[in-house]
Amino acid sequence: MTEKKRTTIVLFSGDYDKAMAAYIIANGAAAYDHEVTIFHTFWGLNALRKDEHVPVKKTFMEKMFGKMMPRGADKMGLSRMNMGGIGQKMIKDIMKKHNAMPLPQLIEMAKEQDIKLVGCQMTVDLLGLKHEELLDGVEFAGVAAYLADAEEGNVNLFI
Amino acid sequence: MKADKILDAKGLACPMPIVKTKKAMNEIESGQVLEIHTTDKGAKNDLTAWAKSGGHELLNHEEEQDVFKFWIKKA
Repeated sequence: MTEKKRTTIVLFSGDYDKAMAAYIIANGAAAYDHEVTIFHTFWGLNALRKDEHVPVKKTFMEKMFGKMMPRGADKMGLSRMNMGGIGQKMIKDIMKKHNAMPLPQLIEMAKEQDIKLVGCQMTVDLLGLKHEELLDGVEFAGVAAYLADAEEGNVNLFI
Repeated sequence: MKADKILDAKGLACPMPIVKTKKAMNEIESGQVLEIHTTDKGAKNDLTAWAKSGGHELLNHEEEQDVFKFWIKKA
């Protein structure tokens, strides 16, 4: 067969539903035998946060940011009809009925399928996140590394 | 229809049928046939496109009491 095709996705959004779309496409692309990279920046980084508290040294502002942002994929809200978290609970119930995979499992599946998960280092710093707070196996890079993957990409999305 | 391997993907929603199909395909040899059972109504278009993209041959498909069955021959 010819050289592997490539899919790159920029996950900017920290919304549960948008992240779900990103991870479903990523997992599908991996099943299509693509090499897949998800580049997480800004609020999208919250999908990579561990759900437990990790003791790290932070400034006051960094601590505030850490408290205000969802700690991990499961805590992210919906982009519409979130209603202070009620909507998110409702959709999770409905997803269970329809056997749709919740976001944390989609991320697990992505790791199993060797999807490259990248965190944008500049925004990691801006939001005051530390590497220890993010999932194991995440790589950190900047725009150049993303472009290196994207310029060879067949599918490229910004979510 | 004769199959070398059967994949039960019933009850699973997108993207799992395709992810599981890909995994099962890796476990069979070229020329062997994989039989897939799914309840996902999007599967017909999904599996047809997936098989075509990988060069595999979709031999047949059937619908039986809300279960869709597919036979794909590995390239």
